[in-house]
Amino acid sequence: MIAVALALDSALHALLAQNPFGGARPPADPQAGGIVGWLLAKQSEFYREMSSTIRAAKSDGSAVWTLLVISFAYGIFHAAGPGHGKAVISSYLVANRETARRGIALSFASAMLQALVAVTVVGICAWLLNATAKTMCGAEKAIEIASYALIAAFGARLVWTKGGGFMRALEAKPALAMAAAHDHHGHDHHHDHGHDHDHHHGHEDHVHDAHCGHSHGPTPDQLAGPGGWQRGLGAIFAVGLRPCSGAILVLVFALAQGLFWAGIAATFVMGLGTAITVATIAVIAVSARGLAQRLSAGSDGRGTLVMRGIEFAAAGLVLLFGIGLLFGYLAAERVTCL
Amino acid sequence: MGPRVRGDDVRWALFGLLALLAAALAAPSPAAAHPHVWITAKSQLLYAPDGTLTGVRHAWTFDDMFSTYALQGLEQKTKGTYSREELAPLAQTNVESLKEFGFFTFAKADGSKQRFLEPVDYFLEFKDSLLTLHFTLPAKTPFKAKQLVLEVFDKAFFIDFKYAEKDPVTLVGAPAACQLQFQRPNDGTASAQKLGEQNFLGGEGGNFGMMFANKITVDCP
Repeated sequence: MIAVALALDSALHALLAQNPFGGARPPADPQAGGIVGWLLAKQSEFYREMSSTIRAAKSDGSAVWTLLVISFAYGIFHAAGPGHGKAVISSYLVANRETARRGIALSFASAMLQALVAVTVVGICAWLLNATAKTMCGAEKAIEIASYALIAAFGARLVWTKGGGFMRALEAKPALAMAAAHDHHGHDHHHDHGHDHDHHHGHEDHVHDAHCGHSHGPTPDQLAGPGGWQRGLGAIFAVGLRPCSGAILVLVFALAQGLFWAGIAATFVMGLGTAITVATIAVIAVSARGLAQRLSAGSDGRGTLVMRGIEFAAAGLVLLFGIGLLFGYLAAERVTCL
Repeated sequence: MGPRVRGDDVRWALFGLLALLAAALAAPSPAAAHPHVWITAKSQLLYAPDGTLTGVRHAWTFDDMFSTYALQGLEQKTKGTYSREELAPLAQTNVESLKEFGFFTFAKADGSKQRFLEPVDYFLEFKDSLLTLHFTLPAKTPFKAKQLVLEVFDKAFFIDFKYAEKDPVTLVGAPAACQLQFQRPNDGTASAQKLGEQNFLGGEGGNFGMMFANKITVDCP
C-alpha cells in the first residue's frame, strides 16, 4: 500500500512538475517566484531583442547570426513556460506507454510542424496575398480551433482505448488476487513485463503466461511497435498545428523589413529550442511513469490496476486539455488579434 | 464465495485518477504567459466642472514589432507614412477587439467597481514607425469618489503595459484638492508580494497579470 502511495505520489509530482497547467506551481517561497519571474524576464528580453536585431540585419548581415542565437534561446525559454504542447505530449506518452526515444522524436516533429505552419500562414497570407493583420488573425483563430478540436478528438480516442484497458484491469483483479494468494512472491516483479507484452497482444490475461518467467524486457524499438510513426501522428498534429504567436509576429516583422528568409530561419531555430525543452519534459514524464510502474509492481499485482488507472487518467487529461482549450476554460497563449 | 476486487485497490486507482483530473481542473490556466505586445501608455482622467469623473482618455503606443504586424497589408498613399484616415479601419478593429478585455482598464470608486461605455474619439497615429491608439472611455455613470483606484493591466500578461516616463498620468479638470498617486508595477516590493498563491490558484485562471498592474490612485477629500 505504501509503495502504491509512493508511486502515485511521485508520479503525480513528476507529472505536475512538468505539466505547464500545473507547472507554474504556486511559488511557496519567494525563490520559486523568482524563477518564474526570471523565466518571464529572460523570454521578454530575448523576444524584444529580436526586432532590433532584424532591423540591424538590414544593414549588417552578421546580425542574422545574432538573431538565430537569440531565437534559439527564446525557443528554449518560451517552451519552459506554460503551453499546451508539453502537456498534451507528456500525457500522451504516459497514457500510451511510449518510450523516451519516441517522446523526443514526437517533441521535435511537433515543434518543426509548428514552425512550418507559422511560415506557411505568413507566407500565404502576408507574402503572397498581402492580407491585413485582421485577415491573418482570422486564419490563426481558425487553425487554433481546429488544433484544439484535434486535441479533444485525440484525447477522446485515448480515453476510449485506455478506458478499455482500465476496465479489463478491474475485471482481471480477482484472478490476480487469487494467484497472488497462491504464490505470493513468485509473481511479484514479473507483472510489469506482463503489461508490456499485453501491449502487443491486447489481453490482460497474459500477465500469467509463460513469458512472465523470462526477465528480458522489450527493447524500446519493440515497444514502439510496427505501428511506428502513424501512432504518433495524431499527437504531432494535435500539438504542432497551432503556430506560436511570437513566431508569427517575428515573421511578419522580418517580411516588412525585406528579410523574410531571416525570419523563416529564426522561426525554425526557435522551434529547435522549443523541441529541446519539450523533449526534456517528455523524458521526465516517461521516466516518472517507469518509476511508478516499478514501484507499483511490487504490490501484489495491484500495480496493473494502478498503472491502467494512471494511463486512463493521462488519457483523460489530454481530452480535458482539448475541451478546456476549445471552450476557453483554459486560456492558451492568445492569438495576436488586437 | 468467489474472489472479490479489494476495495482498497479500486480506491487507490480512483484516487490516482481523481488526483490527476483535479490537477487538470484546479490548475491555473497558463496565464503565466510572457508578453508579445508592449504598450507604452499615457492616461488622462477627465473631470466635469462639478468634480465628477466622466471618463479616461488613453494613448497607447505599441512596440515596433506589433506596430509593423498591425500595419501589414494596409494601403498607403505615401510610402513610409500612414494618414489617420488610412488607419481608421485598423483603429476600428482595435477598439472592437479591446472590448473583450474590458480595455484593460479597471476602476473602483471607494471600493465599488465602475464600468465604462464603448470608446469614443478613437484614432490611430503613426509616428517614428510606431502606432499610437488614442481613445476615450466614458464612465457609464459619471461618479464622485473620495478615493478612485484605476488599474491598467492585462491579466493574461499577453500585453505588457508600461507607463511613459514623462507625464504618465494627468488629471484634467479635477478639483484642486485631489491628489494623484501613480504606482508602477515594479515599484519596490508591493507588487512582488502579490505573487502569492491566490494569483496562481485563484479559480478561473488566477490573476497573474495583477503583478504587472499599473495603479493610479486619486484621493479627493
